[in-house]
Amino acid sequence: MTRPTITIDGNEAAANVAHRLNEVIAIYPITPSSNMGEWSDEWSALGRKNIWGTVPTVVEMQSEGGAAGAVHGALQTGALTTTFTASQGLLLMIPNMFKIAGELTSTVFHVSARTVATHALSIFGDHSDVMAVRSTGWGMIASANVQEVLDHALIANAATLKARIPIVHFFDGFRTSHEVQKIESLTDEDLRFMIDDDLVFAHRARALSPDRPVIRGTAQNPDVFFQGREAINPFYDACPQIMQEAMDRFATRIGRSYHLFDYVGAPDAERVIVLMGSGCDPAHETVEYLNAHNEKVGVLKVRLYRPFSVKHFIAALPKSVKSIAVLDRVKEPGSPGEPLYQDVVVAMSETMSNGAPWKVHPRIIGGRYGLSSKEFTPAMIKAVFDELKKPTPKNHFTVGIHDDVTHTSLDYDPAFSVEAEDVFRGKFYGLGADGTVGANKNSIKIIGDETNNFAQGYFVYDSKKSGAVTVSHLRFGPRPIRATYLIDRAKFVACHQSVFLEKYDMLADAMPGAVFLLNTQSPTEQVWDALPSEVQQDIISKKLKFYCIDAYKVAAATGMGARVNTIMQTCFFAISGILPPDQAIAAIKSTIKKTYGKRGEQIVQMNYKAVDETLANLHEIKVPDKLTSKFSRPPLISDKAPDFVKNTLSEVIAGRGDKLPVSAFPKDGTYPLSTTEWEKRNIALEIPVWDRDVCIQCNKCVLVCPHAAIRAKVFTQDQLKNAPPTFLHMKYKGTEFSTPDLLYSLQTAPEDCTGCGICVDVCPAKNKTEVRLKAINMMPQPPLREQERVNYEFFLSIPEANRDEIKVSQVKSSQFLQPLFEYSGACSGCGETPYVKLLTQLFGDRLIIANATGCSSIYGANLPTTPYAVNHEGRGPAWSNSLFEDNAEFGMGFRLTFDKHREFSIELLQRLEGIIGANLVTEIINADMSTEAGIRAQRGRVEELRKRLSGDPSEAARHLLTIADMLVNRSVWIVGGDGWAYDIGYGGLDHVLASGRKVRMLVLDTGVYSNTGGQCSKASPLGAVAKFAFGGKPTPRKDLGMMAINYGYVYVAQVAMGANDVQTVKAFVEAEAYDGPSLIIAYSHCIAHGIDMSRGMIQQKAVVESASWPLYRYNPDRTREGLNPLQLDSKPPKIKVKDWAYSETRFKMLTKINPEAAEELMDRAQKDTMERWRFYEQLASLDYSKNDK
Amino acid sequence: MDLTTTYMGLKLKNPVVASASTMTYKLDGVRRLEDAGVSAIILHSLFEEQLTHEALELHYLTTQGTESFAEALSYFPEADEYNLGPEEYLKFIRKAKQATRIPIVASLNGFTSGGWVEYAKNMQDAGADALELNIYYLATDPDLPGSEVEKNYVDVLKAVKSQVNIPVAIKLGPFFSNMANMACRLDEAGANALVLFNRFYQPDLDLENLVVWPHVELSSSAELRLPLRWIAILHGRLKCSLAATTGVHTAQDVLKVMMSGADVAMMCSAIYRNGPDHVQKVVTDIEAWMEENEYSSLSQMKGSMSQKSVAEPGAYERANYMKTLQSFRTVI
Repeated sequence: MTRPTITIDGNEAAANVAHRLNEVIAIYPITPSSNMGEWSDEWSALGRKNIWGTVPTVVEMQSEGGAAGAVHGALQTGALTTTFTASQGLLLMIPNMFKIAGELTSTVFHVSARTVATHALSIFGDHSDVMAVRSTGWGMIASANVQEVLDHALIANAATLKARIPIVHFFDGFRTSHEVQKIESLTDEDLRFMIDDDLVFAHRARALSPDRPVIRGTAQNPDVFFQGREAINPFYDACPQIMQEAMDRFATRIGRSYHLFDYVGAPDAERVIVLMGSGCDPAHETVEYLNAHNEKVGVLKVRLYRPFSVKHFIAALPKSVKSIAVLDRVKEPGSPGEPLYQDVVVAMSETMSNGAPWKVHPRIIGGRYGLSSKEFTPAMIKAVFDELKKPTPKNHFTVGIHDDVTHTSLDYDPAFSVEAEDVFRGKFYGLGADGTVGANKNSIKIIGDETNNFAQGYFVYDSKKSGAVTVSHLRFGPRPIRATYLIDRAKFVACHQSVFLEKYDMLADAMPGAVFLLNTQSPTEQVWDALPSEVQQDIISKKLKFYCIDAYKVAAATGMGARVNTIMQTCFFAISGILPPDQAIAAIKSTIKKTYGKRGEQIVQMNYKAVDETLANLHEIKVPDKLTSKFSRPPLISDKAPDFVKNTLSEVIAGRGDKLPVSAFPKDGTYPLSTTEWEKRNIALEIPVWDRDVCIQCNKCVLVCPHAAIRAKVFTQDQLKNAPPTFLHMKYKGTEFSTPDLLYSLQTAPEDCTGCGICVDVCPAKNKTEVRLKAINMMPQPPLREQERVNYEFFLSIPEANRDEIKVSQVKSSQFLQPLFEYSGACSGCGETPYVKLLTQLFGDRLIIANATGCSSIYGANLPTTPYAVNHEGRGPAWSNSLFEDNAEFGMGFRLTFDKHREFSIELLQRLEGIIGANLVTEIINADMSTEAGIRAQRGRVEELRKRLSGDPSEAARHLLTIADMLVNRSVWIVGGDGWAYDIGYGGLDHVLASGRKVRMLVLDTGVYSNTGGQCSKASPLGAVAKFAFGGKPTPRKDLGMMAINYGYVYVAQVAMGANDVQTVKAFVEAEAYDGPSLIIAYSHCIAHGIDMSRGMIQQKAVVESASWPLYRYNPDRTREGLNPLQLDSKPPKIKVKDWAYSETRFKMLTKINPEAAEELMDRAQKDTMERWRFYEQLASLDYSKNDK
Repeated sequence: MDLTTTYMGLKLKNPVVASASTMTYKLDGVRRLEDAGVSAIILHSLFEEQLTHEALELHYLTTQGTESFAEALSYFPEADEYNLGPEEYLKFIRKAKQATRIPIVASLNGFTSGGWVEYAKNMQDAGADALELNIYYLATDPDLPGSEVEKNYVDVLKAVKSQVNIPVAIKLGPFFSNMANMACRLDEAGANALVLFNRFYQPDLDLENLVVWPHVELSSSAELRLPLRWIAILHGRLKCSLAATTGVHTAQDVLKVMMSGADVAMMCSAIYRNGPDHVQKVVTDIEAWMEENEYSSLSQMKGSMSQKSVAEPGAYERANYMKTLQSFRTVI
């Protein structure tokens, strides 16, 4: 029987089976596994049933720990249950996993294996997470590719029901979870064939039930625990055979045959590599290649890693083997070897002592590869085989990197390739916003569906969320594609944005004779001359065929806007000739209909039109035989940059990070600040330009700029001596500064601005003669770039304003404070970053941030560059991220240190009073640091203290010198999103608030898990559609602020900058000043709301006007003056909830999916909002004046 | 008392028809209008812009930022189907038809001859008894001659007519060089009714915020005179039906337009202002007036005061000069 082929990624494959074989699915989002939960949620919402005809219940929990608990409970009560997770998420499940296994419970967890954070977080793939659970007693089965994910998901489910051992089914994060492959599907009948209903009934029969009550989960003592634990042994003994039987049964029906260990290679191989996961496939193809070239090598693919069956392992290994290299995709520092290596060593050692088939113990070496999705190529695999040939091969090696510190790495020849000539390989460079990846996913599907070719697509994304560059890697060919590595010998290179030519050496990977397709706005006859000389050189020397199209022109003419995807896709099919032209066009249109049909005929027609108008605009350029270009690719980084930026970070920016050696990197994950300033991204098509005649100097634009790319300064006339002629300024209108006759300038950072336009949107000043114009107006960036670059450089050279004179609690004045958070990679128009920036302006020089994992940690610290910055004194925010779930506790740890060290410092001051002087000691201890001037004065005293102690050899003096800085106030801020604060980290947040310690918490509340792609959180508003809330969130947002207010001693503010910036700034200042814990919940508009991001602040205004986000400040200090601590800062509702909500796609889309539900939820939202509003009003009107009487 | 009338071939129990308004956004509104006694309902308009803009907006806002960043390849769950403008509207037609026993007229608002006219057929298939084509167009291009604007009206009508078998009314504004000529051309092009006149929303300025402020103000009976005049002039010269809209508030207003030659009187502002029950009062008042004035049927009065039927046809033309003209004639 042939089954329909489907072109899907690994996550969808796993979910495809899991959703059909379970009744309960408890989930929590974590990259790269989130999609499995999302698929399941969508399918259940759409009524898709499992093989027993019922729709699985999908529930989002507050954390992976919670998901594991829910899974455990559902399993114990007899439901077929699963979950999906990765990395830290899997680690949070460990305690339950021990229990689930200890209770012999059948289940399969699907894990897209991902790096566990160590010196840095990484979302990419390796086995550090799954290896961390190998002691839980779970079975572990590894899949190497998308087909195996589908197959093993089924096999594992069949086996666990019989074996009663729970199974972790894992596959490599991103490399397999996100790789799109054409595979054969499995029908419901296939699933029914594999799953024995009697075993399902047995699973239910073991469930807890008051009708046949038992107790499970007892506490046991030394007398019996041990024996009870050993009672489980027979199940582990039987498990491998049960798994093999399931594999065999699968083979009888479906035809694909799997074994616990699958060997590929020469039957008489002398050198064998052992590994598991996605590395198996390139090892497979390399082995075939090498054996075809007279080598005798093999690869042993590990399928069932736990229970590790020594018997099956030995049986699978060729008896001719003399040397074995065991490759682990994990690093276990301090161990005698990585886990799989140790297992193999033990297996071989035991076998040798029990009468092995080898006379001489084969040599076994272990090595690490592929950490965090590091490339793993045939060249590296060959290097391992070559190493095995050596008389004394290197053990505990690494491959794929250059380790110039401890010299673990194997050398390899990057030129070595096993890729067959008949495999098409194409690389496509696009912008995230132009839809390149989506079109390429469709291309793969077209090729998969319309031809007999096997097809593969893999997509490399950006570390930035704005102006993101994507690279699509597409392969197709007549045989299954085992190349799980990036394309470096491309037959087709497409550049969908001509500016990339200045940034990336994209033709380095083009093969001689390859095709180069360029989207350019240059007229056809000028295209060649518009190329940088390096590009011309590559085209000539590699004899590339060169095509171009002005896809923007076609897109504009057909209503496609910036999305050139369909146009470039049509060019690809036209040039590649993979399908006859008519068939290709028909197939493209068919996928357009499939992809966009549900979004309306208009979208379909628009894309059809783009397809139809493409070919007339596609031109082949006759390549001259000599260079004509008058310019070279400009340097990426300024010469003025620090060495670390020039030597290391610039290589990462240029896309050459893979080539950096170990010695280039900090050893403990510590990186310098102020590095985004060197990464000039030039992604804005338009930038704001100042009109002095209209400006009222309110500085609102400076406040709201998400990227600190528009700034204001005051200065004196004599500071303008070296000003460029185009530098603009005007008389300053304020009075707070003591210096008379100050000038004022508002300046854009042209190369750092993302062009979001939010500054223009909030500008309140209008040109009186032409009201569409404001005091800043968006203008095209390219013609202004150089002029404004020079102006901005000069602007930065002007000294910052005197902090002592700035009225920090006023919006306008606060914006003269230097932002120490600049040019982050956050989304263009981000609603979170203005708050973070404000925080650094107000307290940046004494600020330490504990940052929960999420958007703010990603735009805050995703390499290559860091947006946190230092001031001219070298001071700035110290920043760190611990985990997602423990951020409040992490930040409290900061506070504990500072409090302890301040206390100790004071003790030491008093001990050393004789040396220091009583006056200085008293002044330091009693210093008033409530103002900027007070802080400055205290720093001066500490400096003086240092002078007086310098050279003092006493232990007390030496200690005091190391902690004296703690005598100056430290501002501890705990920052994170609502996923942290409301869900996974709530327990910690609550505890830390309850502690009464002086920590400040800033919740950047988007009401959704933004970083992982818009999953519902407890902050999601009633009626909003989100992932895991497909039918609209049925419950209101948790009132986190009110929960904190209940303590009575916590300062709480709910703010929305776009609605009331004055209140926002006040809240930050009050929160910092409060002598106890403080919490600010900051409404942050987000791309996941489905809004026009240039209008984010207007959305904030609307949410407040609808009373869905009341503004308030709760300051317990006010009760001392007999005042009500709660001040309601927003007015009674001016608009209905729906008037705000339906201006956002997250709400509106429900009216398009399920209008009745939308109406019902919106009615409830309105009612709930009004009830809450009245509650706040009443609380705020309570009379506190008589409280003490 | 026979209040029945025929409009575009539809037999109606009385001449009061609810014109397109937000009242019909919900089924409840449609039911209330029927209960109040209207003889037919024109549903709110499906706008050409709605058909195009809504889909584009949803597409843009759900795709922005996607496929860019590895952790968040999308930000929204993907539905199997979206009830975008047309689909939602078509479902509503079906529901309205099921919920009522009076004719339901779908309304399509647009000006270009683009793909949107194909939705006319979908509306017919969804059960609409007739279609009202609302051409709301303000020509602002100084290079566009009036003749082309007029031609476009005819072309759009023909395009829509080619899609459907049900009657098609065309709702117009009064701003043509020769309204009578335009009416005849539309009549010849197959219009089953002319709805006179569309009331353009005029922009206002918000001096506080320096923005243009489009907002709606309800009509008054005084505005009835413009449709009244043209219906009187056109009555008897066209094959198609005539509907009066704008300024129909009272029974007297209805009686006036009927006498001028309208087949129905469409009401909107009065219902907004007084609620649907106002219709019942108007119908009762019409009956009372007819009884008092001894009319047995509406058909008796229909067109009785049209230009053709009045003693002084010129009164509908340069009315302000009538007396002068009469004096002149007298002198002759």
